[in-house]
Amino acid sequence: MNFLQSPLSPVVTLLSILAMGLALLAIYLKDLLAASVAAGFISLVASIIFLYLQAPDVAMTEAAIGAGITTVVFIIAVRKTERYEK
Amino acid sequence: MNVILALLVVLGLGYFFEFVLRPFPFGMEQLPQVAYLYIRDGLKDNNAANLVTSIVVNYRGFDTLGEVTVLFLAASGVAFLLSMCRCLRPIKRHESSEIIKTSTSYLYPSLIVFGAYIFIHGHLTPGGGFQGGAVIASAVMYMFLAFLDFHPSHSALSVTESLAGLAFVGLGLWGLWAGGSFLANILPKGEWNRIISAGVIPLIYIAIGFKVGSELSALLSDMITSAREKKE
Repeated sequence: MNFLQSPLSPVVTLLSILAMGLALLAIYLKDLLAASVAAGFISLVASIIFLYLQAPDVAMTEAAIGAGITTVVFIIAVRKTERYEK
Repeated sequence: MNVILALLVVLGLGYFFEFVLRPFPFGMEQLPQVAYLYIRDGLKDNNAANLVTSIVVNYRGFDTLGEVTVLFLAASGVAFLLSMCRCLRPIKRHESSEIIKTSTSYLYPSLIVFGAYIFIHGHLTPGGGFQGGAVIASAVMYMFLAFLDFHPSHSALSVTESLAGLAFVGLGLWGLWAGGSFLANILPKGEWNRIISAGVIPLIYIAIGFKVGSELSALLSDMITSAREKKE
């Protein structure tokens, strides 16, 4: 197994930092539409991390459900209620 | 006083957990017993090329039945709440552009086939019923985004879902009757790494794929159409 694919590779570290930044965005953004897109992006990054950790089936679930369906459900909910947090 | 009490409770809990968790090694010099047995016997018991599937659907199949039930309860809860609540405003949906419509009409069948491929090959390659069902639901979602007059038949979705759930439980009961335990793998195991192998596992994953796909599609259709139909 080469270094890039190991769980300690710099790519995984960078992706984790990116996911943390996106999580902060999802919490602090007042525009809920943008916040749900950021939350969907976290799932995308997490699915790449799972791929690096050699769990392809978890990565598939995360990409299809986390990044796809959950984001759409959140966006529908935002459109049915309020777009901006008070 | 309260601070001292809280400290004592925290220290007591810490000591308790240290005492309870001491026998478990931190890090892996050797596999835990159950994991070791799964890896040693998984191929012999189920003959599935994807060992994860043989654990999820066979050794922990009952747990998977519980997961499917949780998903069903969540979908029914969403449908119930949406039918109760009159506070939601209807979504103004606009006609999509020609590019989205055309690309969706090409993507929709290929996504359905891809989802079916994922759950039919669940015992050979990564993925399985949940993943394939989610891909099929995302195909349905694309259709909702592109076409305003897309209405999948609700009764067909719920009939599919119920039949798939019944098939799962029926296969489990068949295992109980013929093999001595719920979800026992009673069918012939076949040749390793072929599509017809691993006994009952592909059948269960096909049932789960149909169930998850129809459930998530019904959930999306509930969420998109509910409030709009109230107003009309």
